[in-house]
Amino acid sequence: MEIGGETTRSMILCCHCGTPIEPNAANMCMNCIRGRVDITEGIPKKSTVYYCRQCARYLQPPKFWLVAELESKELLGLLIKRLRGLNKVKLIDASFKWTEPHSRRIIVRLTIQKEVFLNAILEDSFTVEFVVLYQQCERCRRDAAKIDAWQAVVQVRQKVEHKRSFMYLEQLILKHGAHEEALGIKQMSDGIDFFFISKSAALKFVSFLQQVMPIKHKSSEHLVSHDPKSNHFRYKYTFSVDIAPVCKDDLVCLPLKLSQSFGGLGPIVIVSRVSQSIVVTDPTSLRHAEIAPNVYWRYGFVSLMNSRQLVEYTILDVEHTGETSGRNQGAYITAAKSSDFGANDNVVLTRSHLGGHLSSGDISVGYDLKSANYNEALIEGHKHLELEDCVLVKKTYPRMNRRRRKWKLKSMVVDADEQVDRGNDREELDREQFLRELEQDPELRLGVNIYKDPAAEDAMTDAETNPDEYPDIPLDELIEGLNIEDGPDEE
Amino acid sequence: MQERSAVTCQFEGSSEIGVFSCLTNTYCLVASGGSENFYSVFEAELADHIPVVRVSVSGTRIVGRMVAGNKNGLVLPDSVTDQEMQHMANSLPDTVRIVRCSDRLTALGNCIACNDYVALIHPDISKESEEVVADVLGVETIRHSIAGEPLVGTYSVFTNQGGIVHPECSIEDQDELSSLLQVPLVAGTVNRGSGLVGTGVVANDWSAFCGLDTTGMELEVIQSVLKLGSSQPSNILGEMRASIIESLAN
Repeated sequence: MEIGGETTRSMILCCHCGTPIEPNAANMCMNCIRGRVDITEGIPKKSTVYYCRQCARYLQPPKFWLVAELESKELLGLLIKRLRGLNKVKLIDASFKWTEPHSRRIIVRLTIQKEVFLNAILEDSFTVEFVVLYQQCERCRRDAAKIDAWQAVVQVRQKVEHKRSFMYLEQLILKHGAHEEALGIKQMSDGIDFFFISKSAALKFVSFLQQVMPIKHKSSEHLVSHDPKSNHFRYKYTFSVDIAPVCKDDLVCLPLKLSQSFGGLGPIVIVSRVSQSIVVTDPTSLRHAEIAPNVYWRYGFVSLMNSRQLVEYTILDVEHTGETSGRNQGAYITAAKSSDFGANDNVVLTRSHLGGHLSSGDISVGYDLKSANYNEALIEGHKHLELEDCVLVKKTYPRMNRRRRKWKLKSMVVDADEQVDRGNDREELDREQFLRELEQDPELRLGVNIYKDPAAEDAMTDAETNPDEYPDIPLDELIEGLNIEDGPDEE
Repeated sequence: MQERSAVTCQFEGSSEIGVFSCLTNTYCLVASGGSENFYSVFEAELADHIPVVRVSVSGTRIVGRMVAGNKNGLVLPDSVTDQEMQHMANSLPDTVRIVRCSDRLTALGNCIACNDYVALIHPDISKESEEVVADVLGVETIRHSIAGEPLVGTYSVFTNQGGIVHPECSIEDQDELSSLLQVPLVAGTVNRGSGLVGTGVVANDWSAFCGLDTTGMELEVIQSVLKLGSSQPSNILGEMRASIIESLAN
């Protein structure tokens, strides 16, 4: 009864020990509750933790290896994460109890709180003993197994003079993370070798290559050892992957039959794109055709002239024919070699597909077929083949002393073979040309992750104006967060 | 008559024996369970003095929660069958009046707590039922609640000697009840800390039964407030003379 609103709680006796207490949910005194309820129930008092002796790292399941000192914050965090059942209680304190480092035991003292019954919060501290078990981490296992760890190798080759295809392939691989399973990547004289731990990983990589490049591949196996009694055979598998030796901007003379199958295309065509298949454009008729890898490898043609042989032309006059096909516009173009200025008055008149891009005064690159020295076998078979004096390939821009690029590319970690010296002058030139292509071709950029260069951030602000109308990569295409420490990267 | 202490027992694994039995000074009702055990405990203690009857009320076994009774009478809910009523009439002493009470509240054991002179009743029980209870049981009725709960039969148990109430019942409340009932009261628990004393204990003036989970300390409290066992031998004899003589006369 609440007479005058004042009530006094009665005292009852604890149902176990008889101590007078105020009634609570359990009607027991705190000591009896503590004695009868174990709040550490469900938390293991013994556990194990895996440690790699070679690299002194602890396993954080499922497969992350963490470097941690004994009695360090990181180790404590890792050990506490190993304990199940801690999410049901409130962790108040955790500390290490000193143990002999050689004992392979780590003892952690934990203090936890938990609410029991309705309003009684119990606190308890206890120790958990971790046994340190040795396990070799993935990396150390590979190291310990030396080169023998690889079971399959994919040898990617392209028989051309330059490395631009591989630079592009490198970016594709990085973007798709296709190299993550590779044990090692080795640069060879005309390609790259990728080593894999299993045949299936290698096959996966080959099928990735098939999707991005016109390739053909051959596989072979080499018996390493066998045990006929238990029917064990150990092989090393080699996949030889050939990338079609035809690159973007190359000039190609299509074989007669192929030209006929495309309805008399060309036969002198420019390779405008290389991805899974090869796209060629006829500069005179503006038509283009896509050559699938299997079709390509049936004929196996090579380029008549390649981009090393491009020369610079200055456009003198453009006369549109009125034909258009996609972005291409047909035109008669009068041009003169830039190197001829001041020496002679030679001009060439040519039909080109670049009518929409060029106007008089522009600079373009093209192949000088008139003075070219090419392999006659490549054009034989065609009757009445009349070669133009010059084939213009693309518009270009004056070579300026460019300021530093404000973007960067990642690069893979590649072991150079002894005979190959990476980074010679020729490769530098190839790389510069590849970077220019990236800047000038938005379609090519689609397959590449381009990162902001944090070092060039300042240079960007004072040189915002672009006087030479050079096509630049828009800022919004750049990806933030290239970490220099991630790995070696170079421009 | 020898001194007895409270006995602990269990009904089919449940320590809530007050649900399955009803004990007064002149009779004891026990639910008929699957095993004979529960009945045997009561029989061993009481059969020499009062009838121990196996009954069901409205086909259920929760007889202790359905009926309210003392030495004078027994009030049954409206839903009890004629057959069950007839069985009780045949088994109980002739002095005990058995009456049906047609109230909205049918769990009379939860709504009424009584000894032979006074009854605490649920505050919402109808006027007619209150009159029936007062008439049949021969008691003075008091509408009251215990620790704010109207189910007085669940949260308290008392005999002519003393009583136990729910632990949350305040001291002022206990004092008031104690003066109304004219018996000493104490706040206590049964069945290892349970406050539902009405379901954990059944008692009359010279015996008490508790759930099997009841600890020694709780038994001690129950025995001392109900004046059982060896705690106050001389007092028990003096104060219980009337009921002892009555039981001997049977």
